[in-house]
Amino acid sequence: MERIPILGMGKLLLVTIQVDMHDRLAMTLQDDLTSRISATRARGVLLDISSLEIVDSFIGRMISNIAAMARVLDAETVVVGMQPAVAITLVELGLSLPGVRTALNVERGMALLAALTGHADRDEEIADGTAIALSEGGDDRPAG
Amino acid sequence: MTVLRDETMPVRTAADVVLVRQAVRAWAVAQGLGLVDQTKIVTAASELARNTLDYGGGGTVRLEALQEGTRRGLRLTFEDRGPGIPDVALALTDGYTTGNGMGLGLSGSKRLVNEFDLWSEVGKGTRVTVTRWK
Amino acid sequence: MTDPYLSVQARGTTAALARVLDQHFDDVLADWLAAQANVGRGGASGAAELRRQGSEFMSLLRTAVASGASSADAPAFGPLRGFLDGMSRGRAQQGYSPSETATFVFALKGPVFARLSTDSSDTETLAGDVWGATQLLDSLGLYTTEVYQRGREEVIHRQQQDMLELSTPVVMLWDGVLALPMIGTLDSARTQVVMETLLQRIVETGADIAILDITGVPTVDTLTAQHLLKTVTAARLMGAECIISGIRPQIAQTIVHLGVDLGNVTTKASLADAFRLALQRTGRAVVRVGAASAGGGSAGALTSPGGQAPLPPARG
Repeated sequence: MERIPILGMGKLLLVTIQVDMHDRLAMTLQDDLTSRISATRARGVLLDISSLEIVDSFIGRMISNIAAMARVLDAETVVVGMQPAVAITLVELGLSLPGVRTALNVERGMALLAALTGHADRDEEIADGTAIALSEGGDDRPAG
Repeated sequence: MTVLRDETMPVRTAADVVLVRQAVRAWAVAQGLGLVDQTKIVTAASELARNTLDYGGGGTVRLEALQEGTRRGLRLTFEDRGPGIPDVALALTDGYTTGNGMGLGLSGSKRLVNEFDLWSEVGKGTRVTVTRWK
Repeated sequence: MTDPYLSVQARGTTAALARVLDQHFDDVLADWLAAQANVGRGGASGAAELRRQGSEFMSLLRTAVASGASSADAPAFGPLRGFLDGMSRGRAQQGYSPSETATFVFALKGPVFARLSTDSSDTETLAGDVWGATQLLDSLGLYTTEVYQRGREEVIHRQQQDMLELSTPVVMLWDGVLALPMIGTLDSARTQVVMETLLQRIVETGADIAILDITGVPTVDTLTAQHLLKTVTAARLMGAECIISGIRPQIAQTIVHLGVDLGNVTTKASLADAFRLALQRTGRAVVRVGAASAGGGSAGALTSPGGQAPLPPARG
């Protein structure tokens, strides 16, 4: 059965959605992702939707669900590459995907995830008594 | 107003929904709709096709390419013989869903199109007609 | 006793018109062109063009009428209507008035009626023939006027579109910071254009922050606020945060009185304040460059972390 591939990169999981998803495929993805996050103790999920030309309420809910499930497993999700026409349509449809972080592209998304999850790692280091890293500009988000 | 082209497709399986999306996209492009308008009508079609499948027990969609004077449009009619919608007014309640809404997606679809018509009778079925003009 | 008017109407046919066009084509054409001489637009080329158009019109008319059709919306008149479409649009662009364009058709009546009366045997038949021809030519003349109208409406529509696009410029204030000064009322059509333009620029420039300045928006009611929020949400889905600036005191009052909820969007009174905040959020600070002795070769006033340690940025 076809599945959407999930790539592992360090503590991150990268998912690129390129096909016109039908419902079963979407459900399988949610299952696969939650299993992988659990198994690898991933801290971040990057969902690349730059190839998606249509995001309807079903897909929108899937994205929200993925972000929520990941958070319960202590992983942050960033959705990247939404096409302008899709963003405008989603907004008109009434879906704002609250609780889902977004970034313009994969590069930005990775930087955002690093900032989000980097703090958590730092806190663990401090607890271990290792060196304190210099703080960066931008928001300080609390871990978890 | 003239109907330049007219075709009816089944909406009975999840695979059909994908085919409907692709067909609506192709027809929208053929009618000269811009990218944002294309995206809106295809997304509305996806919503309504899902409704027909999930709540209507399956049905059909009729695609019509329209021409009125100099402007061109695309009309879609989704029809099923399902249980019907008991409270149409409630189903069409406008509200900004949070994305977790279990609504029928009708009010959202309505915002994506220029013309929207809904007929439903409990025990008989439902018919939704939407039109997007260029 | 039958009503003479009604019976004329009933007997109005275009058969006689067909005959006239067939037998007296060149004479009618010559007379017709002469009648339009004072409507012409320019010299020899104008006259030659007129002759060509007139000839084509009469040929198409002859063919259509010969088929037996007598109404201008009959399918047989398709090619003729098409010709009138093109001619009317062309004239509209050249600056002809709609009457001048309609005269093109109406002027044909004189030459035609002259031939009808010489050809016809009795007055009753003549009345029917004239009426038939009149009905047809009148509707064709009016058709050109309608085409003209539609053409003007298309121009107006296009200009409205241009105005919408021109009045929503997106300006890049700094790396990653866009500003959108909005002028005029924010209705749903405008909002669509704003969203499309803004999102396109976000993709092109990779901006993190967009400042929506509403100094030029006269009132902010619940609907306007919804449109603003839609724009903010759309930008957010593309990974960019928005700041709304240019909130005049009266607008602030209206917002509170109407209970408008702007969500968690940051708002600032002035564009300057919004810009300062945008710089802060993107990790930058504005530094006052010291006198000639201090600072030396340090670059401009704007530094980013990683460079020389800046003075503490101004709060707020």
